[in-house]
Amino acid sequence: MPMIEFKNVSKWYANFQVLTNCTTRVEKGEVIVVCGPSGSGKSTLIKCVNGLEPFQQGEIFVNSQSVGAKETDLNRLRSMIGMVFQSFELFPHMKVADNVNLGQVKVLGRSVEEAMAKSMSLLKRVGLEAHAHKFPGQLSGGQQQRVAIARALAMDPIAMLFDEPTSALDPEMINEVLDVMVELAHEGMTMMVVTHEMGFARKVANRVIFMDRGEIVEDAKKEDFFGKPRSERAVQFLSKILHH
Amino acid sequence: MFSGFDFDVIARSAPYLFKEGMTFTLTLTAMAMTGGIFFGTLLAMMRLSSFKWLNVPAAAYVNLMRSVPLVLVIFWFYFLVPYIGAWIIGAKEPVRVGAFMSSVITFMMFEAAYYAEIMRAGIQSVPRGQVWAGYALGLNYWQTMAQIVLPQAFRNMLPVLLTQTIILFQDTSLVYVLSITDFLGAAAKIAQRDGRLIEMYLFVAVVYFIISFSLSYGVKHLQQRIAIIR
Repeated sequence: MPMIEFKNVSKWYANFQVLTNCTTRVEKGEVIVVCGPSGSGKSTLIKCVNGLEPFQQGEIFVNSQSVGAKETDLNRLRSMIGMVFQSFELFPHMKVADNVNLGQVKVLGRSVEEAMAKSMSLLKRVGLEAHAHKFPGQLSGGQQQRVAIARALAMDPIAMLFDEPTSALDPEMINEVLDVMVELAHEGMTMMVVTHEMGFARKVANRVIFMDRGEIVEDAKKEDFFGKPRSERAVQFLSKILHH
Repeated sequence: MFSGFDFDVIARSAPYLFKEGMTFTLTLTAMAMTGGIFFGTLLAMMRLSSFKWLNVPAAAYVNLMRSVPLVLVIFWFYFLVPYIGAWIIGAKEPVRVGAFMSSVITFMMFEAAYYAEIMRAGIQSVPRGQVWAGYALGLNYWQTMAQIVLPQAFRNMLPVLLTQTIILFQDTSLVYVLSITDFLGAAAKIAQRDGRLIEMYLFVAVVYFIISFSLSYGVKHLQQRIAIIR
């Protein structure tokens, strides 16, 4: 039974189709990298997984619960899926520790002490326990993104979604974030990662999905994707991002 | 030039003016501000809702209130609130509301329309990603609003909200049409009684000016402080 399953998902913005018959699956413990040119629908695809973006056709199952179904408790489902955004989206009016506590207290109903203990151990894990009482604006981009990862992990998610987690970072900060993600992958976290970091894909991905114009053009094991991409569009894309 | 003036009337009436009049004015301002921001925030949330049955009535209400002179609204509410109250609780006789409660309700509902527009801009100033981040944690709409969106919206809009409150403070003087003893009303009574119109109205103007101007100055100061934090 796959952790996340897409069945013929299509989505339109008014008359403009952004996703066309997307079908794929993510098994438990798998790391899937989604890549493709900008505007290809990859961010939209992973935002459909936790219902941040609604879709009009097809079905997505997370842990065999249908995301689009009326009877699904979407808030509960979302609390089980961690999400990390391109622009971090830490809450700027709350201290770092409170950012990590918020969901635990308000959604999971943990006591503040319990949440704080969990938050501190996670902040320690991403190397930021010394910054727990600062505001997000006082941290660097890389630090903020690591806090965002800790915030998502605090909910004990069954899967993690990453939406271009390193695209907004200065080059020297990319690795500190990728290192945390690699560690997560090695621990067996189920991950769906939209990224252009092909080094990360080579290191930890099980499969690579290549999207273009709202379609999944290629869905292959990483060895096959990097070794012998089948589609012309994937070849072109790879040559653009690998040789410069 | 001031030889014919009797400034002593001010000293004599000051305790009355401030104890009766200014207390009323400040109480009314504070209550109208609190209620106005509360209902204004709800109206703003309704206006931003994707449900037609929420955003259409909210927009209609805000536009109506903003297109009618305040004096008229004060009159309307004064005469209508007793009947509306009776209709709500199902009483046969109009409810006795009293001039004070009537003016509190009037200003609350009128200012709510203005605060609503400010809060709408404030809510829209919070990036969409913040809302996504809240939902992604599993927070529901009300939790996301209360924990994430509104605190940031208030902070961004604080100077404008306070400026609107200064306007409200001045506008409360319009309750004189209901013969209420607010600060201006109290001064007017003394002025008529002692025939010292110019002295009293000058004094009232000076007091309003000092309070409003120093509050505006405070807001400007606050704005700079907020600008540094962000």
